[in-house]
Parts: sequence; C-alpha cells; structure tokens
Amino acid sequence: MTAHTGTLTGTGYDVKAVRACFPILEERVHGKPLVYLDNAATGQKPQQVIDVVETYYRSINANVHRGVHTLSNLATDAQESAREAVRRHINARHAHEVIFTQGTTSALNMAAYGLGSLLLKPGDEVLISTMEHHANLVPWQMACERHGAGLKVIPITDEGELEPEIGRFLTERTRILAITHASNTLGTVNPVKEIVAEARKHGITTVVDGAQAVPHMAVDVQDIGCDIYVFSGHKMFAPTGIGVLYGREEVLDRMPPWQGGGEMIDRVTFAKTTYAKLPFKLEAGTPHIAGIVGLGEAVRWMAAHDLRAMAAHEARLLEHATRELGAIDGLRIVGTARNKVGVASFVIEGVHHYDLGTLLDQQGVAVRTGHHCTQPLLARLGLEGTTRASFAPFNTMEEVDVLVAATRKAVKMLR
Amino acid sequence: MSNRMTLQEAQDQVVEEFALIADWQDRYEQIIESAKDLPRIDPEKKVDANLVNGCQSRVWLAAERRDGTIHLSADSDALITKGLVALLVRVLNDRTPEEILGTPITFIERIGLREHLSPTRSNGLASMLDQIKRYALAFGAKEEQR
Repeated sequence: MTAHTGTLTGTGYDVKAVRACFPILEERVHGKPLVYLDNAATGQKPQQVIDVVETYYRSINANVHRGVHTLSNLATDAQESAREAVRRHINARHAHEVIFTQGTTSALNMAAYGLGSLLLKPGDEVLISTMEHHANLVPWQMACERHGAGLKVIPITDEGELEPEIGRFLTERTRILAITHASNTLGTVNPVKEIVAEARKHGITTVVDGAQAVPHMAVDVQDIGCDIYVFSGHKMFAPTGIGVLYGREEVLDRMPPWQGGGEMIDRVTFAKTTYAKLPFKLEAGTPHIAGIVGLGEAVRWMAAHDLRAMAAHEARLLEHATRELGAIDGLRIVGTARNKVGVASFVIEGVHHYDLGTLLDQQGVAVRTGHHCTQPLLARLGLEGTTRASFAPFNTMEEVDVLVAATRKAVKMLR
Repeated sequence: MSNRMTLQEAQDQVVEEFALIADWQDRYEQIIESAKDLPRIDPEKKVDANLVNGCQSRVWLAAERRDGTIHLSADSDALITKGLVALLVRVLNDRTPEEILGTPITFIERIGLREHLSPTRSNGLASMLDQIKRYALAFGAKEEQR
C-alpha cells in the first residue's frame, strides 16, 4: 500500500481543515470509521449550513413575500439574499434568472414542460446523449410524446465520451439540446461550452444538467452560454429538496409556467390569470425557504474555499483510486474519459455489485451500487450495474486506501 | 416426513449455527456458504415471471405443489442474496401452507440480519418472504376448495 504524508498531501491543501467542517464524518458504521464515498448521490453538509437552517427555523421562520410583519420580511430577505448568493456563484446576469425548484429533477421537468410547450411541434426533435441521468431523459420523452416530437440520442465511445463533432447529430428539426455537464455514472465532463456554441449557431435552445458538475467546479453560466442550467442543492453541501433552474431572462420570460397557484400570479379572475414577473412566475406555492437559506449558505461556504484546490485534490484522489483499484485482479474501471470529475465506477469479474456494496458497508465504506438511474447508458455498455465511489473535497488518500483494501477483502470472500 | 424437523425447529437450528459467529466477516462467509447448498434451479423456472420485485440483484423464486406441501426453488445472480434466499428455502421448503402461514418467521432477526429484512432494503429479503407467503395462501386456498 502507498504511504501518504498524513493529511497534508504535500500540496498545501489542508484536507483536515475541510473535514472539520463536516460533523457527520465523526460517525462510525458497523463500529468502523465512516468512509463516505457516495458524494455523487448526495453530499454531506458543513456545520455552518446545518446551523443556518436551524437558526432559520428557530428565529426567522415565516412565509415570504406575503406578510407585512417583521418575521416575514426577515424570511424574505434571507431568501432573496440566498438568490443573490447563487446568482453570484454561477455568474448569472440577474438574480431573477435564478429559479428555486425542488431539485434537478423538478427543474428539468419544468424546462421540458415549458420549452416543450413553447418550441415543439410534430416532427421536431429533442437531442440528448446516451449518458443522461433518467431525470434528463424521461421528462423530454414525455414532452416529445405530448407534442408529437422525436427524441434523438448522441452516441458515446467505449471510453464514455460523447462522439465528437456534435454538429453531425443536429438536424433541421432539432429544437432543443439537453445534455449533462458531468456524468453521474462515468464522471465524464462534457465540453458543454463548445456543444452549446455549436447548437446556438443553429438556433437550438440548450439545457445543461449541472447536478454532477456544481459540487466540483466553479460554473459560469454566461461563459457556457446555455439557455438553461439546472442543479440540485443537496449534491453541493446544501439541504435536500432544493435546487435551481437558471435560465436566460429572454427564455424564461417566454416560457409558460409549469405549475399554477401561490405566488406565481399577477391577477386572477375566473376568465383569465396573468402571471407574476420572474422569478415568481415559475415559483408556485410556498418555497422551501429553509432549503433556500441553506443553499445560500452552502454557496458561501464554497466561495470561502479555493474550488480549484479542491478540484485538484479530488483529481488526485481519483487518480490514486483508479490506479489502486485497477490493480485488483478482474477489476475494470467503467468510464475512462480524459476529463472526469471524482467518480470511479467499476465492475469486477465474477463479483456482483450488490455483494460488493454490502461487504464494503460492513467495513464502514459507503458507495453506490446499481444502475445509477442511467439504464440506457448501462445497456450501451453491456452492464447491469456498477459499483461507484465518488469523491468530495473532504475525502483523503487514506480513505481511498481503505476502499481498496476493503474491496480486496470482499473480492476474496466472494470468489 | 414424520421424522423431519418442524419449521420452528429448522429456524432454531439456523439460529444455533449462527449463534457462535461473532464477527461480520464470518457471518457473511456463512451466508455465502449457504448459497452453495441451494439446489440448482430448473432453467425453465428462471424466467421473468418468477423474478421477485424490489431486489437490486435478480432473484428468481418458484413454487409448486407437491403432496400438499409447497416445493420452492430459487436462484440469484448475487451471492449474498442467493445465500439469504437459500436460508429461506432451507427453513421453509416442502412444508404445508398451514405450517408456513402459522409459524412466525423470526430467524432472520435472530441471526443478526434484521437490517436485511426491512422492506426498504434493496436485497428484497422481505419481498422474498412475502412471495413465499403468497404462494402458501394461494395453494392453501386451492386445497380448501377440493
């Protein structure tokens, strides 16, 4: 086994200080220290995010944008300052381009419903890729069914990269391109800026699923140039149940609302309802205020850290895991793209991923097993499932070693 | 069949075998070992219609009536799951519907695998047990109609 120089990896990155932010890392599982490598499923929460949610409920809680009383104003301020924090974090032009949703899935459903109604006619096409999460597939399939459109798919290489020259897959009937920024199963980071630029040349509306990208890198939506960018809070150190749909003002202004009711109205009569301005037009019902406040704090936590240093640390973890896991007899890494976030998916000859996941859990190691909500991708790769270790800035080289040793032990038991 | 253990005795026997095992590794090795005792399933029964829902691995569980009892055959593509279903088959196989429905199945909790029994667990042990009970109910009802 490789020896590591404690918590400092000789790079100046202080992983110990980062770990200290996450109280859950003190937990033990089956009597062993928790080694949390399921960050792509959901991320852990820094103490300051937990605190802000608690403080919100303890001393601010009230409904937003409705009351004239003090607490309601405080809650509204807290929500809107979180919106501004998110705007700054992703470099949106306006705060009202940041729409709060329940998560990536509801954001994509909103986009598919709204853009579908706005853009799709019979015979039109929506283009996605083979590596999409079901959340960026099923809503488009549903929209296509509603409007008589067709769903087209960009193929991938055996390494798990998109087939090059995206222009080849655009047709005269392509209206919407919806593509993931980073694959949850393979870790592949797609060149979304280039892809979006190519699509926009043809007047195609672009949607980027950023759920697996935002926890790992600074995302600049204006630089990417997409019409819509969506992500979840819970994968980027914020609470569950909160997510974001960013959309360019021009697009969101034209996009019909997905849900009606609550704060989304301007004036309601039995004959006709006119809608509120952005962002409220797209935020029906009482929002998840505590989640929004938590998301704002998570974004502040990220802003206070060096995201590039974190990404470099994760890259070292991935490199180490890829090399050490790859040395296990019969183990194959699934997804070997040149540009990856910290996701190591693998299969082992003669070992079922469920068995491996169970025995890793017994050793305190949390990983994800199965199809990762990407059944068409696994079908393309000829697999039924993989075991996936996914990294966060708080993971250590020693934890990768624990994963590798635990995997070796499990394989020995299962063969 | 008169000298055969009752379902309760069969459960107690499994519990005794696991009682001496202290650590997780030996416990799982015992489960994996149990998988090897599971009689090979007839390939004709390894069809989608016999798949148990709610498992992350695939589990086939088939039942047929034999002389008033229920004969079970099963398989799984995951070893631990196969070991768990093998323990179920060992305890519950070739018993009357009345005995299956009349005896509380407690051995899984008692051998320290309670966590595997929760309906939310993806191994589907709870679903397998439900499936066996459904077979027992269906076959028991047919017996009564005769």
